[in-house]
Amino acid sequence: MVDASLLVGLGAATGALLRHGTASVVASRLGDRDLPYGTATVNVVGSFVLGLVTFSGASTSVQFLVGTGACGAYTTFSSFSVETVRLWESGRPLLAGWYAVANLAGALAALGAARAVVTAV
Amino acid sequence: MFLDHDRGRALEVALLIAIGGFVGGVLRHAIADVVVAPGGTLAANVLGCLALGFLTYEAELAGTFAEETGYVLSTGFLSSFTTYSTFALETMQAAPLLGAGNVVANYGLGAVAVLLGRSTAMTVTEERAR
Repeated sequence: MVDASLLVGLGAATGALLRHGTASVVASRLGDRDLPYGTATVNVVGSFVLGLVTFSGASTSVQFLVGTGACGAYTTFSSFSVETVRLWESGRPLLAGWYAVANLAGALAALGAARAVVTAV
Repeated sequence: MFLDHDRGRALEVALLIAIGGFVGGVLRHAIADVVVAPGGTLAANVLGCLALGFLTYEAELAGTFAEETGYVLSTGFLSSFTTYSTFALETMQAAPLLGAGNVVANYGLGAVAVLLGRSTAMTVTEERAR
């Protein structure tokens, strides 16, 4: 097997580029909105793909490359936290709370959907 | 032959993000190897929030770092080092109470780390202004 760190690194480099691409597309489609939809999008989509990789019992190499590497890097917690804090301190605590809950609910629902897809196939 | 400037710039940005992303993923994996789940993800997320909090507010207050630094460190390294998908998966796979605790720990400590990064950025900026 190829070195695990190399697989994770290559996947992560790809995931980071895809995240940047997704954020650019979402931003250009939606323009300036109150909520950071780019981060929410990558977090939900990345969780779905991680669910597919995990629940399908993919090989260890695929889990490192696509799961830990690409999905891990495609989704992000640091940007999510900074955005939530900024919403809160801009005087919109309700919106911050909604954003925090929506990311979690979306990611968990995406994982559940991935498990259902794997079970059905 | 001239390299189109915009294309050259886009390639440069992509390279910076890819390099940062590579290192961030490898480091997250290394931490997860030594800290038992979900502690490894929690550690990476909290450390990443601290650093991104600092960089974000530093950029706003003083803007010492170049745009390129932002691409390689924030968009590349830190966003790849921290992860939401693995956090969500570990939350789902944990026993209900432990899963809830994992959410509280990541969300709570993540927010505290951002605020700590912000106050550090403020202190550094004030010190420098003196």
